Amino acid sequence: MMQSTIPTPQTPWATSIQQRLNTAGLILLGAVLAGVAVKTTGLSGKLGFAVSFFVIASLLIFIQQLRLRDLAAAKDSLLSSFASLAIILTLIPIISIVATVVVKGYKGIHFGMFTNDMTMASVNDPVTAGGLLHALVGTIMMVGVALLISFPIGLLTALYLTEIRGNLARPIKFLVQAMSGVPSIVAGLFILSILIIPVTQELTGLMGSLALSILMIPTIARTAEEMLRLIPNELREAGVALGATQWRTVSGVVVPAARSGLVTAVILGIARIIGETAPLLLVSGGADALNFNPASGPMGSLPYYIWKAFLTGGTEEAYSRAWGGMLILLIFIVLLFSLARYLSGRKVA
Amino acid sequence: MTPTESSSNENNMEKKMQATTPSSLASVASNRQQRVPGTNLLGTGLETRGVHAWFGKKHVLSDVSLDFAAGTVTALIGPSGCGKSTYLRTLNRMHEFIPTAALAGEVLLDGQDIYAPGTDVTKIRLKVGMVFQKPNPFPSMTIGENVLSGLKLAQLKKSNTDELLESCLVRAGLWSEVKDRLGEHGGALSGGQQQRLCIARSLAVEPQVLLMDEPCSALDPGSTFRIEETISELAKSMTIVIVTHNMQQAARVSDYTAFFLSDGGPGVMVETAPTSKIFSSPTDKRTEDYVTGRFG
Repeated sequence: MMQSTIPTPQTPWATSIQQRLNTAGLILLGAVLAGVAVKTTGLSGKLGFAVSFFVIASLLIFIQQLRLRDLAAAKDSLLSSFASLAIILTLIPIISIVATVVVKGYKGIHFGMFTNDMTMASVNDPVTAGGLLHALVGTIMMVGVALLISFPIGLLTALYLTEIRGNLARPIKFLVQAMSGVPSIVAGLFILSILIIPVTQELTGLMGSLALSILMIPTIARTAEEMLRLIPNELREAGVALGATQWRTVSGVVVPAARSGLVTAVILGIARIIGETAPLLLVSGGADALNFNPASGPMGSLPYYIWKAFLTGGTEEAYSRAWGGMLILLIFIVLLFSLARYLSGRKVA
Repeated sequence: MTPTESSSNENNMEKKMQATTPSSLASVASNRQQRVPGTNLLGTGLETRGVHAWFGKKHVLSDVSLDFAAGTVTALIGPSGCGKSTYLRTLNRMHEFIPTAALAGEVLLDGQDIYAPGTDVTKIRLKVGMVFQKPNPFPSMTIGENVLSGLKLAQLKKSNTDELLESCLVRAGLWSEVKDRLGEHGGALSGGQQQRLCIARSLAVEPQVLLMDEPCSALDPGSTFRIEETISELAKSMTIVIVTHNMQQAARVSDYTAFFLSDGGPGVMVETAPTSKIFSSPTDKRTEDYVTGRFG
């Protein structure tokens, strides 16, 4: 038997602390130089600083890489700089929106808003009066019913396009793509003119769900189609070769294999409609009272609640109320998406 | 572990794998124990008469007539693109899964044409199972669910599924490796294990005939050896047709060999004979050229 000692695991390819410090130093130097440039040259303001900072810092890192290694590595570092810039440019609006909503919205949050509606309060009352229970319930109901309508239709459309591949697949695919560009107000007008005016003559939550479904179906169908196309044909063949009918293969093999992708389709579908205001104004009206029945009477929604507080109010209280509503909507969306991700990732390896 | 400690299995495998020259292929083929057709079986085998196949306008297979006696293993060999996989897929009606496919001729299972009008295609595929070139376990199912998936998919009722699960995995030579992890996903297995899982899956619906489309082409020699053992074991109770590019494999596992060839036009079946004869004294010059490695 040979006596052997186990060496400590090492990662010689990792960037060393020394290198990291060097790069951080260069970026800091870039910031200082950019500050000097703003002071001494014609560049001015935050934008001038940001631009000169990016140019100087990328240049410094480029020179560092060129000296330490070679031109190829230096070009590589330039690409990294641009990628970092792109990430920052993407994150700025997102972080800015979330920060603004949180900072302005927290003043509009109080416990009573989850137990009260706006029947006994006006938007200009102190934010502690009234609440958005009716709006939250309305949004959940209308989005929920829209999902119940849209998911089966969207999924079946996607299955027609990927599994049945009938003669109509091409025109349907074209139609679905065209429909995903329909402006939301048109969906509202459509329901208003073919259902509400000639038939029901009543603004209800269900009409809101129908209008939202028109917007949601194309999104779900397109995403689901792309997800189903990712399922390798070998799995379909394996199912059919075991003596399954096409329907059993689709429901037992293809759809379960695409499950997390289909959850993505649902998330994108909900994301498409949850903030919609225009069609709801037209077809489900806006209610200040709690309404649990989608089939009768106007129904409130969070976007409508925000819209009303902003447009019909004029006081600081009304603005706080609107920002509070936005914060609740944001939190609601995050919770919903986290739940969907959790459900889809639970079982599939 | 030192080399002397390696298992007898591996020694055995090395011996089997040593066959490399055409003459040794013949000796491998003739040294195999020959199977007696038609013992312990339900059906009377599979037979094709004048099978042609097309994809769109392209005629890919011409006039293939072959008999597969019950309880035998038949290897289909030939260069790429000679139509042997297409032919295999006509035997359980998987050919029609490709949208532009067309066909002529008869495929008789127990004397009944499987393409006869009114035939339930799902029943045919239950009787004639298939193992594919690439292992394709169902990703949404666990190992155990994969094995039994055929029952669920074909809506068969089985009372004792635990017993069936074990017997299928034992017959596929996978039981000892997975018996403690039946709840894990099939994707966690190695390629060779996945392929044996697919074999176990096709056994669960108890087919009379098992078609194998280059089942070992994506696998390492060890896994290949295990699957060949499995094939020999399965041949006791079913008819097996195997497409292979590996002539040593054909020599090791099959009783009969059919040689397919395409000269640019549709593929034809050049010659069929007992495997030892194909590798020792083929009738056709083209077969001889192919099995001796002069082309292909």
